[in-house]
Amino acid sequence: MVEPVSGRRIRILMAKAGLDGHDRGVKVVARALRDAGVEVIYTGLHQTPEQVVSAAVQEDVDGIGLSLLSGAHMTLFPRILELLKERGAADIVVFGGGTIPQEDAEILKQAGVAQIFTPGTSTDTIVGWVKERFGGRTAAA
Amino acid sequence: MISEDEAAIRDRYREWLEHYGRDRDEKFSTVSDQVIEPLYSPLDLREDDFLHGIGFPGQFPFTRGIYNNMHRGRLWTMRQFAGFGSARETNRRFHYLLQQGGTGLSVAFDNPTLMAVDSDDPRALGEVGRTGVAIDSLADMETLFEGIPLDRVSTSMTINAPANVLFAMYIAVGEKQGVPPEKLSGTNQNDILKEYIAQKEWVSPPGPSVDLVVDSIEYASRHVPRWNPVSISGYHIREAGSTAIQELAFTLADGMTYVDACLNRGMHVDSFAPRLSFFWNSHIDFFEEVAKFRAARRIWARLMRDKYGAANPRSWLMRFHTQTAGVSLTLQQPENNIVRTALEALAAVLGGTQSLHTNSMDEVYALPTEKAVQIALRTQQVIAHETGVINTVDPLGGSYFVESLTDRMEDGANRYFGQIQELGGVIPGIEQGFFQKEIADAAFHYQQQLDNKEKVIVGVNDFVAQETDEIPILKIDPEIERSQVARLREVRAARDNDLVERRLHCLSEAVSRHENSMPYILEAVRAYATVGEVTEAMKSVHGTWREPVFV
Repeated sequence: MVEPVSGRRIRILMAKAGLDGHDRGVKVVARALRDAGVEVIYTGLHQTPEQVVSAAVQEDVDGIGLSLLSGAHMTLFPRILELLKERGAADIVVFGGGTIPQEDAEILKQAGVAQIFTPGTSTDTIVGWVKERFGGRTAAA
Repeated sequence: MISEDEAAIRDRYREWLEHYGRDRDEKFSTVSDQVIEPLYSPLDLREDDFLHGIGFPGQFPFTRGIYNNMHRGRLWTMRQFAGFGSARETNRRFHYLLQQGGTGLSVAFDNPTLMAVDSDDPRALGEVGRTGVAIDSLADMETLFEGIPLDRVSTSMTINAPANVLFAMYIAVGEKQGVPPEKLSGTNQNDILKEYIAQKEWVSPPGPSVDLVVDSIEYASRHVPRWNPVSISGYHIREAGSTAIQELAFTLADGMTYVDACLNRGMHVDSFAPRLSFFWNSHIDFFEEVAKFRAARRIWARLMRDKYGAANPRSWLMRFHTQTAGVSLTLQQPENNIVRTALEALAAVLGGTQSLHTNSMDEVYALPTEKAVQIALRTQQVIAHETGVINTVDPLGGSYFVESLTDRMEDGANRYFGQIQELGGVIPGIEQGFFQKEIADAAFHYQQQLDNKEKVIVGVNDFVAQETDEIPILKIDPEIERSQVARLREVRAARDNDLVERRLHCLSEAVSRHENSMPYILEAVRAYATVGEVTEAMKSVHGTWREPVFV
């Protein structure tokens, strides 16, 4: 069980945005996080950035894990960051994964995306990162 | 097997096993985790196997191929899937592929087109022209096939939810070129069931969507006789994480669902069955794939002849396209993907495919560059013209291992058919999330095997290189979205909007009356109604779909 000192479990919204139907990765990661004790909420497919951000705010999550295999990452990640700011929820950490070239991943990280996981990443690596990033953050708060 | 030898063979097998030795510390199983025995012999064949189960190519049950002479008579079609950006750019790629010796076209549409959303729809934001070509109206389709005489190529269109709309546009382009529908040849993917199961690009619920598939099957059988109106697809089921047996079973179950729906429409099985085609994945586990292709042909032949009573032998034939496994490609050391693709392509050829797409090494990053596409096509040409594997028909036929694995694939599929029947069929199975859950479980199991190194992917969880290789990546100009939207607005301004309205209204009415939608769609696209508008006219009758969500 991943339980920070505050007693609250880490809550992550796993999200699919846009018209992209590839849900293999998002489901594998969601299940691995859940098995590691993280509370996982999955948006389902074909969500608009607005719907993703609304769900994140409503569910009071610590982070959004956005999966994109549609090539629209340079549009949809920045849009979600922007909407979080508008909603006063910029403390929600955005990370993600999918078919995202390294060059684009670097630009997205500079724009405020916490981490990008590319194909071939083990679930252990992702679970480890989530525990460290969110376990520590919530504990310190 | 030959019974008088059985006792002697058993003795020799025992003798061999006594001196077998010890295996390395490894689990010997397929990529789908089917455990494989150290050796196969005649003891693994079924009693009546040769004539009943294996037989001759071109003869029932077609385990060894659907034609007598297979690739000696005609090579498979080397059909490279292509499409990106605008219709203009994709048209240039098509001309390039034809000049390089490609023998068929295969259109990749962008996500908005696949989801039947016009390029100026807010939902299309960031996705126009990204992973395929953007088609909004007949005007784009005219550009896409400019300079390509439609009576001289065959075209495959990977389109599902709005398949009938794009099919109608293709027919309309033919009309403009002076090519009548009966001279058009090609394939629509148009397999909506696997969308709910795996690829997840739908518009309306499964029931009315299957009716649309039947509309195009019925229409093609009357007016576009050289067209394959549906390509029943396992490819996406496998990419979503299924095992080989699940790919086989779920796809054939989808096939039976379409056949049942056509029969319910009052069509005779032999009027449409010869034009049903299939689309398989060729994954990295060589023999499992070959066995899957052989089992697929045999099961389908038996179903069509014995379950559905098809009398025309052409109805028994499973003709199929194959694509190598996108999901087997790695981001790490991408040049290794050339090797993976070559082996997967070889499995497809030895499995008796009718056409083949080989993936390019850079497709984990983005759509392929021209150079990468050329290597992928050359891979097929090397197999066809250098390796000699086409010199004899079904060279793997009679291999104790391959025949035994073929039987095992067939048994596995039959078990799933029983389960699906208990659920009430494919559509109830989809509504209950059965297929989605089975696939998600298999995908998770495989990921666990990778994480604990029970399965190895070179360069990913073993033999990892320190340095990452840089290969060139195709960039899609973001300007494409703006120019496509501008082009769409020009089309909307130039057309007769009253006519469009009237034709869309007629379409909605026809769909409410359960009339075949195809003639009405054709009228609408001739007036330059867009993919989004035509689909909306049908969706207003059919409604929307949201899948059961689970993790």
